[in-house]
Amino acid sequence: MRIGTFKLKHHLNYMIIAVITIVFGIISLSGGHLDSSLLFLFEKIAISIILAVSLSLVVGFLGELSLGHAGFMCVGAYISGKVASLLASSLGNGILTFIISLVVGGCVAAVCGAIIGIPALRLRGDYLAIVTLAFGEIVKSIFQNTSSESFGGAIGLSTPRYDKKYLFVFAFIIVIITLIVVQNFIRSKHGRAVTAIRDNEIAARATGINITKYKLVAFILSATFAGIAGVLYSYSNYVVQSAKFGYNYSIEILVMVVLGGMGSINGSIIAATLITFLNTKLATILTGDLAVLQNLLYAVILIIIVVYNNAPALKNFRNQYNWSKLFRKLFKSKSDPADIKDDTAKWDVVPTKIEMNEILSIDIKTQEIKDYSENGGNQ
Amino acid sequence: MAQYVLETKDLGISFGGLKAAQNVNLRVSKNQIYGLIGPNGAGKTTIFNLLTGVYKPTAGTFYLNGEELKGLSQEKINQKGIARTFQNIRLFNNMTVVRNVMVGLHNHPDFKCTIWESFFRFPRHFRSEKMMREKAKELLRIFDLEDERNNLACNLPYGKQRKLEIARALATEPKLLLLDEPAAGMNPHETEDLVKTIKFIRDKFDVTILLIEHDMKFVSGLCDEITVLNFGTVLAEGETKETLRHPEVIRAYIGG
Repeated sequence: MRIGTFKLKHHLNYMIIAVITIVFGIISLSGGHLDSSLLFLFEKIAISIILAVSLSLVVGFLGELSLGHAGFMCVGAYISGKVASLLASSLGNGILTFIISLVVGGCVAAVCGAIIGIPALRLRGDYLAIVTLAFGEIVKSIFQNTSSESFGGAIGLSTPRYDKKYLFVFAFIIVIITLIVVQNFIRSKHGRAVTAIRDNEIAARATGINITKYKLVAFILSATFAGIAGVLYSYSNYVVQSAKFGYNYSIEILVMVVLGGMGSINGSIIAATLITFLNTKLATILTGDLAVLQNLLYAVILIIIVVYNNAPALKNFRNQYNWSKLFRKLFKSKSDPADIKDDTAKWDVVPTKIEMNEILSIDIKTQEIKDYSENGGNQ
Repeated sequence: MAQYVLETKDLGISFGGLKAAQNVNLRVSKNQIYGLIGPNGAGKTTIFNLLTGVYKPTAGTFYLNGEELKGLSQEKINQKGIARTFQNIRLFNNMTVVRNVMVGLHNHPDFKCTIWESFFRFPRHFRSEKMMREKAKELLRIFDLEDERNNLACNLPYGKQRKLEIARALATEPKLLLLDEPAAGMNPHETEDLVKTIKFIRDKFDVTILLIEHDMKFVSGLCDEITVLNFGTVLAEGETKETLRHPEVIRAYIGG
């Protein structure tokens, strides 16, 4: 759909998140009772979305494997936690402190992104993955070995509490800001340069694209938002413990990006939401002796999703029963005379192998439309 | 010196003890179509890689319109005005045809727009995007690719991929266009079409063209002058038909 230069498709994700924010925000702020576990889930989802979208910039659009995303988040969480607890005594634990710690956390993470990025982007593929992985582990162990006065050491750093009623609203607003910045970047000539580097670095160079600059920009941008997600984390959890930011967490973020489809922002959002929801729900449902099943079930569900989406053997099944087709079937009556007329006009292009009743059904036409839209839609 | 668009002076490169190219002196005048031919492994593509900055020359230097470009990075050399296509096609496969060309327009002075302007969606962002798209469509129209503009580049047939690569190179507004085996893998009809296209490009875009080709019919029908390379050195150079009749050239190709 297109209204002037405004494309609904491009703004749908902001709208959905904005609607969720407004609806639940009004319920929460007007004194309606929302379960605290629900609010916590919202915060977690928001953090995951920010992390997944920012990582997808590096992995999906720049095409470089980064395994240190939790490291940038760790930096953001610790620095902002410290800043917030220092400022809370003088400025009070209000919105101002929150915003200052957000900016500080984001900036420090950006600086880390640049420091790691400048040498690391001379490396490629697996080597970059190793360097970023090492960075994440180094950051983790640095904060683990601090004294209890500075960053809390192994016990963790306690951060000031913030009213849970409001926090998730801020978290979702930050999600929208992340989306705006990342999508505006991707949908500009600079984003095009970044995707060109992913597709063919040699050709991008020969076409005059400054590779180092764009790699660094994408890397720093990604690190900044990871840092901001860390700030939200420190506010959401009251305590920051470095053990949380191991490579396991980096890989979990990577799983969200890969599951959502490389180079798809909306996919990352959906995958982040689903995985976080799944993790949290499994943790609450399976308690006691069944707790061992949490990781098992989580892994099995991931395997099923990946196999379902990629296995060549299931290709026909996927084509026959996919969402867009289901959607069309629900909203289009089969006996629509207009469709049948269109089909009969295309008798000559229909392969003769297909049986008559199939020719007369609308399936062939929808298949064609789908093929075309697949070719047309880049990103 | 400045009357030549491209001038190389004793250009050479050695990988360890192997001299892949040495003492190569090319003089390409403005609006010429210049051929670079030679048997396999003669160092033709190496010369292209030297001229585009992929390799740094270990000997000699080269000038574009009198300006020394030796030692610059690939993107700088492209911005100075040398664009190329590749022997094995290198397109941005997962991007649409029109976006491939728009990447070529990235450094165009008319479409300047900083990263911050894109973040905050300044009017200049929309203006430059719109103009870039129009310009890209215009280029695609010349190459008869306009109808394919929303297809992914990897889904194009081979001949059209070659054309798209040339269109992308031309989008950077080069003074010198390097074509690495443009007719490779084309049928006679497509080759004939390509000859017309290349001549048209030279007149329309006012560029000088340096090309590598193995198809002798194609070369003699298109090139004004040629240089023949063998084992990294210049074997013969001059007007196309004469040079092709040169006994050394015939010996290099046929043997004996």
